[in-house]
Amino acid sequence: MLTELDKAIIRELQGDLPLVPRPYAAVARKLNIDEDLLLEKIRWMKEQGMIRRLGAAIRHREAGFTANAMVVWHVKEEEAEEVGKKLAACPEVTHCYQRPEFPGWPYNLYTMIHGQTREECEAMAKRLSELVGVSDYRILYSTRELKKSSMQYYVENGD
Amino acid sequence: MSLEKVPVLTELERAVLNEVQNNFPIAQEPFRELGRKFGLSEEEVLAMLKRFKEAGYIRRLGAIFDSRKLGYVSTLCAAKVSEEKMEEVCRYINGLIEVTHNYLREHEYNMWFTVIAHSRERIEEIIKELETRFGLEVLNLPAKRFFKIKVNFDFLGGSA
Repeated sequence: MLTELDKAIIRELQGDLPLVPRPYAAVARKLNIDEDLLLEKIRWMKEQGMIRRLGAAIRHREAGFTANAMVVWHVKEEEAEEVGKKLAACPEVTHCYQRPEFPGWPYNLYTMIHGQTREECEAMAKRLSELVGVSDYRILYSTRELKKSSMQYYVENGD
Repeated sequence: MSLEKVPVLTELERAVLNEVQNNFPIAQEPFRELGRKFGLSEEEVLAMLKRFKEAGYIRRLGAIFDSRKLGYVSTLCAAKVSEEKMEEVCRYINGLIEVTHNYLREHEYNMWFTVIAHSRERIEEIIKELETRFGLEVLNLPAKRFFKIKVNFDFLGGSA
């Protein structure tokens, strides 16, 4: 169970650490706790897997990864786990999930790939398709990023 | 996934960007520690990161949490939104604190957004509201299996 202090720490860490020599000291001061206690709590959250990653969040468009493509695959349910694992093992795949299918929407495996051009994404998808032996797939390019933010946990009242 | 074609970054800058994404030190003086790995001073690292931030490469410096480990639930939604309703729907969806990502994609289902909430009920509520308010058809696609979630980008080429 998370304490109120844990939640307050999470609220701070989902924001932006200041670019100063001792950023954790600055956050600790805000929370009115010791810098060492804060460091200890952060290490604990990382060990527990609550913090998946601590560091810089990159705006990949500005950084040159311009084509973000979601590739959806239609895979037989009994083969989904094996194919999912194979796709996940590929370095060019950043996300890989199995999701439910719907009438008129047979795709059940979802992968994200990022490239600098569409041609690069197409070639990647083709290579993946040959690797896993699944030919029924679609590439859904993003044409506009409407929102990209980090989730704000524990900001609603009483949550 | 490599950034070799982006000319503005030097080899050293790419290495620092990689490191600051993945291994930001949990220590009193994290920038000094980072610098030590690259033969840079604390001031040089801070100056470089300030530059990356101004250039827009770095969105923020902080933690990315595992929503499940914090007791939250998430889903991916897809909706068919007509040109006429686009602006209104987009404004409403983007205004929801629970929606973290929203993309237009080239498909009949053209709006794809992720929802993170404290309960499945809250997600259902959001979807129902979209359906009644805008007459949208929304697919609710919560993950059944997680095979990979990688949230960093490799700036050095090759696999991370």
